[in-house]
Amino acid sequence: MTFVVRTVTRQQYLQMDEEEKLSIDELKQIAKTLRKHIIEMTTAANSGHPSSSLSAVEVVTALYFGGFMKYDAKKPHMPERDRFVLSKGHAVPVLYAAMAEAGFFAESQLKTLRKLGSPLEGHPNLKRLPGIEASTGSLGQGLSIGLGQALAARIDKTGSKVYVVIGDGEMGEGQVWEAFAAASKYKTANLTAIIDQNGYQQTGSTNEVLDMGDFHKKIEAFGWHVQTINGNSMEEVVDALKTSESITDRPKAIVSKTQKGFGILPLLEEAGDMNFHGKPLPPAMAEKALAMLS
Amino acid sequence: MALGELSGLKLGQATRDAFGDALKELGEEYKDVVTVDGDVGNSTRTEPFAKAFPDRAFNVGIAESNMVSVAGGLASSGKTSVVASFAAFLLCNAYDQIRMSVAFPGLNVKLVGSHAGISIGEDGPSQMGIEDVGLACSLPGVAVMVPCDAASTKAATKAMLDHEGPTYLRLGRPKAPVVYPNGCDFTIGKANTVKEGTDITLIANGLMVPAALDAAAALEKKGHSVRVIDMHTVKPLDEAAVIAAAKETGKIVVVEEHLAHGGLGSAVSMVVCKEHPTPISFVNLGDTFAESGDGDGLLEKYGLTAESVVKAAEGLLS
Repeated sequence: MTFVVRTVTRQQYLQMDEEEKLSIDELKQIAKTLRKHIIEMTTAANSGHPSSSLSAVEVVTALYFGGFMKYDAKKPHMPERDRFVLSKGHAVPVLYAAMAEAGFFAESQLKTLRKLGSPLEGHPNLKRLPGIEASTGSLGQGLSIGLGQALAARIDKTGSKVYVVIGDGEMGEGQVWEAFAAASKYKTANLTAIIDQNGYQQTGSTNEVLDMGDFHKKIEAFGWHVQTINGNSMEEVVDALKTSESITDRPKAIVSKTQKGFGILPLLEEAGDMNFHGKPLPPAMAEKALAMLS
Repeated sequence: MALGELSGLKLGQATRDAFGDALKELGEEYKDVVTVDGDVGNSTRTEPFAKAFPDRAFNVGIAESNMVSVAGGLASSGKTSVVASFAAFLLCNAYDQIRMSVAFPGLNVKLVGSHAGISIGEDGPSQMGIEDVGLACSLPGVAVMVPCDAASTKAATKAMLDHEGPTYLRLGRPKAPVVYPNGCDFTIGKANTVKEGTDITLIANGLMVPAALDAAAALEKKGHSVRVIDMHTVKPLDEAAVIAAAKETGKIVVVEEHLAHGGLGSAVSMVVCKEHPTPISFVNLGDTFAESGDGDGLLEKYGLTAESVVKAAEGLLS
């Protein structure tokens, strides 16, 4: 299924007829489609990070299809577009899946993920795929890049908003906190950081590797508006993004508590690995996963 | 002997001062230019620009990693970002950010490293960018410039802003002898021959151009005809000028205020070896950190002088 590409502002979106807007149920349906894409493309590539991608599906779905982001897949460089920065670049399959659904490229291209010659590289590459706003993959830089984009929008008065998705393991990078501080100084209210707190990083749980404590309190202490939600609940994600939009005097963060591999958790349990970091699902397991999502 | 004395050069502005003046002057015309500073704008001389255009200047505090990535974000939204810090902190502290947020996406970020070389003096080795050129050159698609005096720095600043893509501009702290009293052409990737000669070529950049000119003056007194090239761009290197020097003068000395590895000497050597193998000698810092002390004393102690260049040249000429 292909969806209407949204080039409207949030305000215009809110004024649209109800039947034109996607309902929560329809967003959930898209989320399911993105999950299928993620599994299919990483299994076809025989590499990639499906479980890191799956945890962020609701957030990415709501941003791209819930009327929160202004973009035009046919004019990916229009100056007044909103920006999405995937700081946890290894989860790029979730972004490719959303971009294919939004019409940035043909769905058939998804199976070229990570293959020689494909612009769908293993981590986002700004130079090769229009619609990608930041080249990431070295963790910790996305929020700073998003801050730069938010400042540029302020200078140019484009009204553009910037959304940055950061991994919870990535929060160990000092640069993230440099960016929290600087965004607070410049009161970039057009910047929203979403921490995808799925609880795992490469070698284990985030608590075991480096316990960062309470993200909510810490980010709040930097002067940001913060909400903590269940990031795999479409209702909560949409509500939180709406609340974020209503805050116009400081940068906003959403601590999105999620489960790595959400959508196929019974299969990860069966495999005895709830982290499943950086591993594609073997074909038989992928088949089961796709059946589970149908 | 002070740099430039033998060749009759007068002392002018430091290259960082010339950069600061040029940036502020160009700020009016170049509306897309923004600066991002790590709280050393009064040392790197971006301060006059920041005062003149406060809405286009950001001081993100002592946080070089964030500084560079913010510049990348601004550039990805159509700005020409000028991000300045001490060369040592910019290239060494924020190397990954330069690589990922600037060079890899090929963004219009102009990296400016001041306080390069050992001539900064008393503050000591922690503050001296001595590996910056090598680090910058190792990144694909980054143009690397080392102007020698005020006029060439002003021209380089304009060339940098006109250039599409990432660049690195290296600046020094002390007052620099005036090599170009009447201004100069500055084309990225095109060397300036500041003195013609046929027996040997001295290829230098930055503060070592005056040293090379002094050495040339001394060597000419001894009857040698010496060519001096201001190789203000290390990457892309003016290969034609290097090949012509190898073919026409047969001997080359490369002079730079940088470590032996990865700088101008390495770049020139690659071209000479491949295109026209020729005897070549080097005057540089070698493989060592320096120490605190007065700038001229340090240049003397670490062999970055006209005398060292003369000695290296005579080694090839004998």
